[in-house]
Amino acid sequence: MKKLSARRRHPLAAVVVLLLALAATGGLYAAFAPAGKAQADEASQSLAIEEGKKLYTVGCASCHGTGGQGTSDGPSLVGVGAAAVDFQVGTGRMPAATSQGAQVPRKKNIYTQAQIDQLAAYIASLGAGPAVPTKEQYGPEGADIAKGGELFRTNCAQCHNFTGKGGALTEGKYAPSLEGVEPKHIYEAMQTGPQNMPSFPDTTMSEQNKKDIIAYLNAVNSSETENPGGLELGGLGPVSEGLFAWIFGLGALIAVAVWVAARTAKAKKS
Amino acid sequence: MSTANSPESRSRGKAPAGERLADWADGRLGIYSLAKANMRKIFPDHWSFMLGEVCMYSFIIIILTGVYLTLFFHPSMNEVEYHGSYVPLQGQLMSEAFNSTLHISFDVRGGLLIRQIHHWAALIFLAGMFVHMMRVFFTGAFRKPREVNWLFGFLLFVLGMFTGFTGYSLPDDLLSGTGVRFMEGAILSVPIVGTYISFFLFGGEFPGGDFVARFYSIHILLLPGIMLGLMVAHLILVFYHKHTQFAGPGKSNKNVVGMPLLPVYMAKAGGFFFLVFGVIAIIAAIAQINPIWAIGPYRPDQVSTGAQPDWYMGFAEGLIRFMPGWEINLWGHTLVLGVFIPLVLFPLVLAVIAVYPFIEAWITGDKREHHILDRPRNAPTRTAFGVAWITIYMITLVGGGNDLWATHFHLSINAVTWFVRIGFFVGPVIAFVVTKRICLGLQRRDRDKVLHGRETGTIKRLPHGEFIEVHEPLSQEALHTLTAHEQYQPLEIGPTVDENGVERKVKATEKLRAKLSETYFGEESQIPKPTVEEYKEITSGHGHH
Amino acid sequence: MSSQDIPEENLPAEQDHAHGAVKVADEENPFADPGLPPHEHRIQDIDERAAKRSERTVALLFTVSMLATIGFIASYVTVPDDKSIFVFPIGHLSAMNFALGLTLGVALFCIGAGAVHWARTLMSDVEIADERHPIEAPAEVREKVIADFKQGAKESAIGRRKLIRNTMLGAVALVPLSGVMLLRDLGPLPGTSLRHTAWSKGKLLVNMNTNEPLRPEDVAVGSLTFAKPEGLEEHDENFQTEIAKAALMIVRLQPENIKDKRELEWSHEGIVAYSKICTHVGCPISLYEQQTHHVLCPCHQSTFDLSDGARVIFGPAGHALPQLRIGVNDEGYLEALGDFEEPVGPAFWERG
Repeated sequence: MKKLSARRRHPLAAVVVLLLALAATGGLYAAFAPAGKAQADEASQSLAIEEGKKLYTVGCASCHGTGGQGTSDGPSLVGVGAAAVDFQVGTGRMPAATSQGAQVPRKKNIYTQAQIDQLAAYIASLGAGPAVPTKEQYGPEGADIAKGGELFRTNCAQCHNFTGKGGALTEGKYAPSLEGVEPKHIYEAMQTGPQNMPSFPDTTMSEQNKKDIIAYLNAVNSSETENPGGLELGGLGPVSEGLFAWIFGLGALIAVAVWVAARTAKAKKS
Repeated sequence: MSTANSPESRSRGKAPAGERLADWADGRLGIYSLAKANMRKIFPDHWSFMLGEVCMYSFIIIILTGVYLTLFFHPSMNEVEYHGSYVPLQGQLMSEAFNSTLHISFDVRGGLLIRQIHHWAALIFLAGMFVHMMRVFFTGAFRKPREVNWLFGFLLFVLGMFTGFTGYSLPDDLLSGTGVRFMEGAILSVPIVGTYISFFLFGGEFPGGDFVARFYSIHILLLPGIMLGLMVAHLILVFYHKHTQFAGPGKSNKNVVGMPLLPVYMAKAGGFFFLVFGVIAIIAAIAQINPIWAIGPYRPDQVSTGAQPDWYMGFAEGLIRFMPGWEINLWGHTLVLGVFIPLVLFPLVLAVIAVYPFIEAWITGDKREHHILDRPRNAPTRTAFGVAWITIYMITLVGGGNDLWATHFHLSINAVTWFVRIGFFVGPVIAFVVTKRICLGLQRRDRDKVLHGRETGTIKRLPHGEFIEVHEPLSQEALHTLTAHEQYQPLEIGPTVDENGVERKVKATEKLRAKLSETYFGEESQIPKPTVEEYKEITSGHGHH
Repeated sequence: MSSQDIPEENLPAEQDHAHGAVKVADEENPFADPGLPPHEHRIQDIDERAAKRSERTVALLFTVSMLATIGFIASYVTVPDDKSIFVFPIGHLSAMNFALGLTLGVALFCIGAGAVHWARTLMSDVEIADERHPIEAPAEVREKVIADFKQGAKESAIGRRKLIRNTMLGAVALVPLSGVMLLRDLGPLPGTSLRHTAWSKGKLLVNMNTNEPLRPEDVAVGSLTFAKPEGLEEHDENFQTEIAKAALMIVRLQPENIKDKRELEWSHEGIVAYSKICTHVGCPISLYEQQTHHVLCPCHQSTFDLSDGARVIFGPAGHALPQLRIGVNDEGYLEALGDFEEPVGPAFWERG
């Protein structure tokens, strides 16, 4: 409770309260709205857009403009699609801090999935763009892990490293580690190309290709991944191996050498 | 017949079996004369004298495990489809070399362990040689009569780098293939003959289908064969010269103080082999190295970020990373300075440290044998030079991993590269000046210790109220140890004009030598060590507190 | 360890006290070498119980080594080689590698530790001084060797019969040339092979991912696609060598963002095709930043600006990435309008 009361003074507290209220209203409405299924879908869709717009006005409009047309502080969101919103907000990158470094980092997400869906619905209504992928699209069923590996090495490893540990880009930018990133978000990132990442649209990288890549990543970079040889040492290759060899290899051997060469304790003269 | 009845032979005949066997061998190999000189050979005890042993033992471990690996490795670049037990590569096209390395790692019991021991031992071997070489450098153990052995050791280090590089390239994985591609690009930059060398090395255009087999014979036969010969020669010279030792009571330039080979060093050095092997085996049990299955097979159109060579090639990688992209196009030819200059700097940086002993010998003009080691502080210019060299080496090593430093310390890769570019020139200068100052400071402290004794930490109040710290005079052992080093005087050229006003010709090299001598041994470069007179004056003058 | 009260029977029979020089302060020269300090006994030298303890420790270490070797054999036989175990804090690793490595490591380490402990505590630790002799031979030996050499040289008459000497030197100098000649067939001569790639007029740009030819409408602004020339398949024998030169990187820019005139001319509706092979030392360069239009090489950080003729803006590369001129064929597929006009990949002497 103490934590909650402390957070009441947080600048975003008002936003969060407002959002929760809005979500509750929307949820209640959805729960009590009677009607046929098709009608209900349509109605809930327009309601979601409505709610999303409200969320947008509070959380996003200051940078991206009131109608998503973009300002000097943020790009236009017309046509980026629901997938982009789901990725950016779902990984906590958006809303971004007002002053960021070379790129917007991943951080804790402050929205519920329902709210993200509403925001996504609103942005999708501004112009057609990639939709949020379904579980069938990024799930492991029917994926070819080995093909995914080859695709990963052709398209992704140059920035994200062999097994997705991340790497450096120019001027302080970086390709983040893919460890612990939800398959859905990886799929969306490939579709939409967030920040400086290029996009890999379905026209050049098929849905099956993306599924394979995700399955490969799940095989080589998850908490269950086996490293047969032992400590992974960050999976960064020869630099960390070299450091390990110097510090723990040669270090241990020098410690042993000191013991071998040291004088044995002498008996004290009584 | 007559010799069989000689009294000597008869006494041998009755000896126990072991002795008879030794007699048999002696009659054919002359082992007794060899053993007489060496069995009770004295080796001084100091941990830093065992660094060379770390290298020798890891080299033996590498040979043992390497032979095992050759039993399973196929040095061929024929393309095959993978159908082993590692799932994420099923059905992928790869060379037989890569395929057999996967086989060793997943389908030969203990194969992964031996591969990991081999690779960890290689990294430790090179690291050990580096530290061993620096130990020899900073203690001045390279001085006469050991200059040739210094060169043998240096050659071992350089050959070790190339043996490591060729071995690292054998599995034909995406990371090592990228390294080989870099090597090809570097060879292409050589003026006039570059393309030809590249085509001869790779059997045509890169990557072709030959380099794994060619690197294989270089890696397992040519280079290690030469290294083995050099290592034996290195060891023979160590035995022949007898080991150096630090100054101390009872130790002089004419003796060597320590424990005998049999039994103490037999047990210590023999035991140390098992200790080194044991430590490396345990490292190979818990830490993964070069997981080629995660890296994937080589394809010239694929790459991963964080593409680095093993650490010992890291400084070459750094040289090429921080170099600006200079290229000169003239008369239909291209001079690729951006690659060629680092390619020339690479052996040059190494050569600087290799020839240093000869430069120092020329400056001092000292023709005597040296068996007593210098403390680094007592040779400030040499020590500063060595630290400056290490600084260059380390800065370029950092440059070789600039992308990882950037991501892990949240820096811009461009900023890291610029830091290395500037550091390459400024770093060694700063290191030189700072190290020399620190050495002189330590010399001054030694001088104070000799003249005024050791600070005891006990505070005493004198009758008139002044507080002083009680200094305890040093024992004769300590006095001797702290004053055992020699101090050279700078070379004097003398007047260039004789008493008749006739100008005497002084060669330019002599002038240079005098100048260098002044930097080495001038007033700015060493603190005069205390003399007996000074000591007596102070101890008698002050009396004892 | 206390060594104060040692019962009589535990003391060794003899003790040598008088080893080494006795410390005598030198009045004349306080810095003079006082000689080796007197030998001091270890506990094991004077206390038989301590020596016994050492003996047991050494024997224990050797025994542990034996047990570890048995453990190694047992693990080799019993542990399945595809079994994965979780070991904190290492993670999931191969049970076989872990078991074999640890048992082997312990078996070896304990032999070493036992031997060293034995040497340190039970073998004599009396320091011995060995005389050194000059490495240089005495003058008479030197004289003798030089005289012998001169004698030998004189007897061979190599100095007098210059014809023999010169022809011999010539023969020995020439004979290695045969070996050099034999190296000739290590590879073909370069010729112009570095100037040509698998691209030629009319070859379609085939998507690396799908193995289908690309259409302009497939390539979106901000996307990154890799392509190979039509007809080059992964199973081809020369695939590796050809792809090492032909790999292509395709991006689409807004035509108004393209600063270089020739780049615009060689593009199709803002779609530009550049060699994927870095002009520095040949890494596949492809770290494309879609907002800045920069590509970075992951090997040595050369950075190229794809919106400005792929000129070098940072790093060690010496010249721009070669661009492939592309167009669209009658069926609406992207095609090459020729080979690269300059050699791809690293620069070389004949490049010009």
